[in-house]
Amino acid sequence: MEGRKSIISLAVFIVAAAGFPWILTNEYYISILILAGITAIGVVGLNLLLGFAGQISLGHAAFFGISAYTSAILTTNYGFPVLAGIIAGIILSAVVAFLIGMPALKLRALSLAMATLGFGLIVYIFLNETITLTGGPSGFVGIPRFNALGYEFYSDLAYYYLVAGVLTVVIVISLNLINSRAGRALKAIHSSENAARVMGINVFRFKLFVFVLSAVFAAIAGGLYAHYLSFVAPSSFGFHASLQLIVMAILGGMSSVWGGVIGALFLTAMPEFLRMYEELETILYGLILILCMMFMPQGLVGGLAKLSVYISDRLFRRRLK
Amino acid sequence: MNNNACLLKCTDIYVRFGGVMALSGVNFQAAKGSISALIGPNGAGKTTLLNVITGMIPHSDGSIEFNSRDLSKVATHIRSQEGMVRTFQNLEVFSHMSVLENVMTGAHNRYKYSVLDSIFKTPRYFARERECRQAALEKLKFVGLENEWNLPALDLPYGKQRLLELARAICGQPELILLDEPAAGLNPRETRTLGEVISAVRQDLGITVVLVEHDMELVMSISDEITVLNFGQVIATGTPGDIQNNPEVIKAYLGSED
Repeated sequence: MEGRKSIISLAVFIVAAAGFPWILTNEYYISILILAGITAIGVVGLNLLLGFAGQISLGHAAFFGISAYTSAILTTNYGFPVLAGIIAGIILSAVVAFLIGMPALKLRALSLAMATLGFGLIVYIFLNETITLTGGPSGFVGIPRFNALGYEFYSDLAYYYLVAGVLTVVIVISLNLINSRAGRALKAIHSSENAARVMGINVFRFKLFVFVLSAVFAAIAGGLYAHYLSFVAPSSFGFHASLQLIVMAILGGMSSVWGGVIGALFLTAMPEFLRMYEELETILYGLILILCMMFMPQGLVGGLAKLSVYISDRLFRRRLK
Repeated sequence: MNNNACLLKCTDIYVRFGGVMALSGVNFQAAKGSISALIGPNGAGKTTLLNVITGMIPHSDGSIEFNSRDLSKVATHIRSQEGMVRTFQNLEVFSHMSVLENVMTGAHNRYKYSVLDSIFKTPRYFARERECRQAALEKLKFVGLENEWNLPALDLPYGKQRLLELARAICGQPELILLDEPAAGLNPRETRTLGEVISAVRQDLGITVVLVEHDMELVMSISDEITVLNFGQVIATGTPGDIQNNPEVIKAYLGSED
């Protein structure tokens, strides 16, 4: 039953993702969609941690950064193939997440939030200060475009389909995970760690697992980001970026895998459309966030679900008459 | 009590919270297939003993044997895998799940498959999930919640949430279930139903029950053996008949005349 609902939403998503470039033919829109898709990969991972397991990471952008810089340095300075660079970045992020999670997740409550907050700051400072390695605050330039198996993803359209494909895989993995014994364990940990333990769930192991998994998703996004823009700078991976990922997860809806996707799309696209209001941009941005949370406390996904129930109710009732 | 039939054996348990001795030298046993009650005035240490038995708080001295295996230093989830499950005085229903999912979570280790099985949706995933779902539905029927399986867990009224916790606890087919004040907050009718379900848990499922409870009518009607705690010490052990007439117990509950 849960499964059928997932398959329908997945089909809708694939059709929409495949169809977007046909409607939004403008290059500029495509590039926004690419960035939204890349961000969504990270937010879906963060949502597994935050929305399902109830663990807070305040330094998730650092995993984006570690992976983006690792791949950038390896491919640009040492001539690694792009795919190898990205995989190295993913592995490094996973190892770092494991090492942070080991001590932090043993403790209770907010220790992960504090540990990841500190970790995010350390990574940010590291990227800024090791100028010979990372280029420092002015950024790292000349990163090669993504290519794999002899195909260069030069056109934005090709890159868009690459990102959409990876995002689809990430969504499928997340959905399958949530509709399983592991997903129930994560949700159980969210409500009551004690009750979860009593049910025989190894709370520490599941928390560590989902933390590392979310770091891996963030790292995949980081690699795709670096090899799309061909330029990275520390400011994209600081505390503000981590916070924005959390806002995307909350605004999209934390109790759904789709929340991450919709939150990322909405908050990546919205500032671009608000740009025409110039000085009012920040005010409008804040206002929209406040209104969304006031009227859709379950996030955009919760709001959409309510709306669809309302519409189908009305249609159904009319048919009965 | 002969030793072979003893499922749970707590010997000389000491627990200290700062300057307070919460438990001092408590001995407690539960025979296989019995319903053993643990009673005593508020603050006597009943819930503390339950927490020690399930490994949620450490004890400074003493041993806990389960199925003749020493579990004193083992983590809570391992004790659960060994077959020891509890419910909570303050309900700890999994709020982010439906009623059915709550109960399925109770069988976490009974229908096992790996994370990769779930990601790739292997035949093993489907088979285990179907079995797990079936078992959970059976247990819901057992406690009388079969019509509510699809509701969000928090939409259930209080009394039914208690039954839900019970269904969740028995879904993993434990050997021992520890109930912490299951009748708290229930009306007399709900309490009677609960008593019948608890008896059936022992009778039909063969699960040994340890019951912490204040409702004396319930305790006296279903228990085989009663242990009375007061100020962290056992003051009496015996059948319901013995306990009712024990002067020590009456004194602990009502106070003495002088």
